Amino acid sequence: MKVELKVNGATHAAEVETRTTLLDCIRDNLNLTGVHTGCEHGVCGACTVLIDGEPARSCLMFACQADGYEITTIEALAPAPGELGVIQDAFCEMHGMQCGYCTPAMILTAHALLKRNAAPTRDDIVDAISGNICRCTGYGQIVESIELAALRIRGTNEANTP
Amino acid sequence: MKTAPFEYSRPATLDEACALLAADADSRLIAGGQTLVPMMAMRLARPSRLIDIQRIPELRGIREDGDVVVIGAATRQMETERSALVTSKLPLLAAAIVWVGHAPTRARGTVGGSIANADPAAEIPLVLATLGGHVVVKEGGTRRDVSMPDLVLGPMTTSVPAAGCIVEARFPVWKDKRVGVGFHEVSARKSDFAYVSAAAQVALDETGRCTRLAIGIGGATPVPTRLDSVESALEGQILTAEKVRAALVAATADIEIMRDSHASDAYRRRVAVGLGQRAIMDAAANSKGGPA
Repeated sequence: MKVELKVNGATHAAEVETRTTLLDCIRDNLNLTGVHTGCEHGVCGACTVLIDGEPARSCLMFACQADGYEITTIEALAPAPGELGVIQDAFCEMHGMQCGYCTPAMILTAHALLKRNAAPTRDDIVDAISGNICRCTGYGQIVESIELAALRIRGTNEANTP
Repeated sequence: MKTAPFEYSRPATLDEACALLAADADSRLIAGGQTLVPMMAMRLARPSRLIDIQRIPELRGIREDGDVVVIGAATRQMETERSALVTSKLPLLAAAIVWVGHAPTRARGTVGGSIANADPAAEIPLVLATLGGHVVVKEGGTRRDVSMPDLVLGPMTTSVPAAGCIVEARFPVWKDKRVGVGFHEVSARKSDFAYVSAAAQVALDETGRCTRLAIGIGGATPVPTRLDSVESALEGQILTAEKVRAALVAATADIEIMRDSHASDAYRRRVAVGLGQRAIMDAAANSKGGPA
């Protein structure tokens, strides 16, 4: 069947099976491969995208259910090709990643958290990323990366967005 | 992990959804899909047709109706978590909802879906059972009220007929002057399936005596279980840890407790008493007007 999805501000049409997940549609039809395929049954969080600004698992939704929502992937967070957003920068500086597999999902989750709560406590951050599994870092540097990003966003004069 | 093929329908009204459901015995309703889709991915569920009820207006929203707060079945858990009406009128649901899955699953998962799924560890059915609420089930042209004990028959098993749809959940609101709540659970990881959970709501009079008490246990029991004998033992009393504990020990002594590779029945029974005591004592301490 034909679906029309609004991804990163643009409308995309795709021909999919009803059983095609939003995850597979974004990766295979729209060629946005920043969203990662992990467990495919809602446990690991690697496939997180933002749906109307809230983190959600794209493997637990079918593409045919996703019309009409604003879908955001990691590709939308960099200000320009070759540049990094504030949270992405912070992840680099604080070594918030090793293999990088969970990273786009972690950054999108942090983005949604910092939009809602500019000054999260460590507990807020831990709770926000508790649905995302990282098998490398032990989470310490990921939490520190998000703390640094929050500090930087608060420190800017402009109404900056994560 | 790919699901088997299926047909997809997105009816505009509840009547249409019920007609589609009645027309095909292998069809299933989908709303948030946070449990159904993994079941389909693992091929434990293989519906012929998914009937998507997520956007049907009459199944959505939170409203007050006399002495109950009504939550439409397809209302997202996250909307419930952020609802001012739930925070002020249903403090027990507000305390429990943050334990439901993770934020990303609460962003899609629904209140009605959690009740229909009837996982023994699920928090929303536990709160509904503890408060003595009920759901409205529609089948064909008829709607009926179903209380929680009549709804949840066992783990993942409800009395909702194959062609039936939960329309809304009705949570009683306590209008007593001093109401407090407590919620605790134990699991392997934060937000994982609870081995034991305990939900308590308490009303005190101006002298600090308990005038009303509701305590429910989940996770440990095959269905969310309200402990009525604790309520009758403690009403009219000043709540102390000793009295609460004694009532809980008596109430849990001969109820059916589950066991699995994670936790024995003896452990779960002991923890049910401990968490129940904490939940009730928290409820007494945070009841509006401060501790007794």
